[in-house]
Amino acid sequence: MYVAVKGGEKAIANAHALLAKEGRGDPGIPAIGRDAVAGQLPVLVSRVMTEGSLYDPKLAARAILQCQGDVLEAITLVRSYRTTLPRFGYSEPIDTAGLAPQRRVSATFKDIPGGQQLGATFDYTHRLFADPTGDGPTDTGADAVPMPRVSDLLGSDALLEPDRAADWTDPEPADLTREPTVFPMTRAERLQGLARGDEGFLLALGYSTQRGYGSTHPFAGEIRVGEVEVEFDAPELGFPVPLGRIEVTECQMINQFTGNADTPAQFTRGYGLVFGRGERKAMSMSLVDRALRADEFQERIVAPAQDEEFVLSHADNVQAAGFVEHLKLPHYVDFQAELHLIRRLRRDFHDNAGSKRETNA
Amino acid sequence: MRTLAQASARQLADAWGAWEAPPEIEAIRGPEAGLVMVRGRVGAGGDRFNLGEATVTRATVRLHGGPLAAATVGSAYVLGTDFEHAWFAAAFDGLLADEKLRAQVLNDVLAPLERGQASHDDVRHAEARSTKVDFFTVAREHV
Repeated sequence: MYVAVKGGEKAIANAHALLAKEGRGDPGIPAIGRDAVAGQLPVLVSRVMTEGSLYDPKLAARAILQCQGDVLEAITLVRSYRTTLPRFGYSEPIDTAGLAPQRRVSATFKDIPGGQQLGATFDYTHRLFADPTGDGPTDTGADAVPMPRVSDLLGSDALLEPDRAADWTDPEPADLTREPTVFPMTRAERLQGLARGDEGFLLALGYSTQRGYGSTHPFAGEIRVGEVEVEFDAPELGFPVPLGRIEVTECQMINQFTGNADTPAQFTRGYGLVFGRGERKAMSMSLVDRALRADEFQERIVAPAQDEEFVLSHADNVQAAGFVEHLKLPHYVDFQAELHLIRRLRRDFHDNAGSKRETNA
Repeated sequence: MRTLAQASARQLADAWGAWEAPPEIEAIRGPEAGLVMVRGRVGAGGDRFNLGEATVTRATVRLHGGPLAAATVGSAYVLGTDFEHAWFAAAFDGLLADEKLRAQVLNDVLAPLERGQASHDDVRHAEARSTKVDFFTVAREHV
């Protein structure tokens, strides 16, 4: 239990001043600006936006600077900020098929319509230190071609589980930020939780499924990165207004089949979607999404990644960091009670030992 | 509205400044920052789900005077927290509501912005296309 303490104002003020000084580094070197962070650390900015659950590259860059690169601290800052703003409403669902991909690869089909496009990727780099070159790519004059979703191609042959059931009604999704968490969740609720979940946690869980803890035999069906338009149906205007574009990364994971007497064998799917450039997170998310569908496919639930309550209750790093880190706050009163208890136990032990000796004598 | 949302605050402020004897802009609501919950679809085509929020700034303004025969009202919703962006986007939306000025705004303000955005997109797309690959599998494929 935590009991409030008072005092220490001066020390706290000085600690903050010292923190600011430490974060400034050598005063002879120019300070990094927010625009520099937004422009030159875009992957970090993406992570803070995704897990902070707020798309705003400028704010995320500011949070990263203020937190001296502490990602979880920056995410917490973004989450706190969002609670100060009113909610205007919900966007129309973004259309990722309509985005002109900057990157689009499939590990399942070599010759997909539109082709494989590497985009800005760390893949195929040598993972050795090198000096950056900023000249940009050489134009190859390749023609623009439409890039349909891989899932639509496989789906047309019914080899792949469809996006929607025959009796689909496009249900209104519950919102984890507005309603208390109740298990079991719908897949839509789980995806909201996973989207804001910690990348490291989801990566580890996704990895565990590959190593046999809830195996799903995954293939990266398609990974798309690009900008997509967001439309908002403003109630007072009565039509969807384009708000601008956001960058997203999407992963369609194709997994081994299910089938039964009524349905022939079909590949199953896991889905990942994140803000900005966050391929590792999107892939991990899609692995965990598929693992969490165990119940739907009557699979035995034997591994942590298949346990919805375990995964969703521990994926949020703001909650996790808060609970772990609160341990360093003063627990003096609480600990004093423990001290009393342990002293009494020891006294009783010694008293009992003394009386035993007397009886034995 | 798409073009105004994608333009920068600076571009819109400059375009407004270039307007001879612009009408008066009067705030009706905002500019004010808020959130829109961005939605995706499960598997890209299934049920909707809440992906995460985005900051959005909105403004509603009333324009009067200057070249306007009658007062008009304009509204804007734009991503981000730049009040100036929403303010001028709403102002131009108001100008577009005036029948006499509409063609001129489309022609002098929106068309150049649209061209700029299209050429920016063209460059980005060409860069992306330059990374297209053909993978050759070494093993024989079994079809």
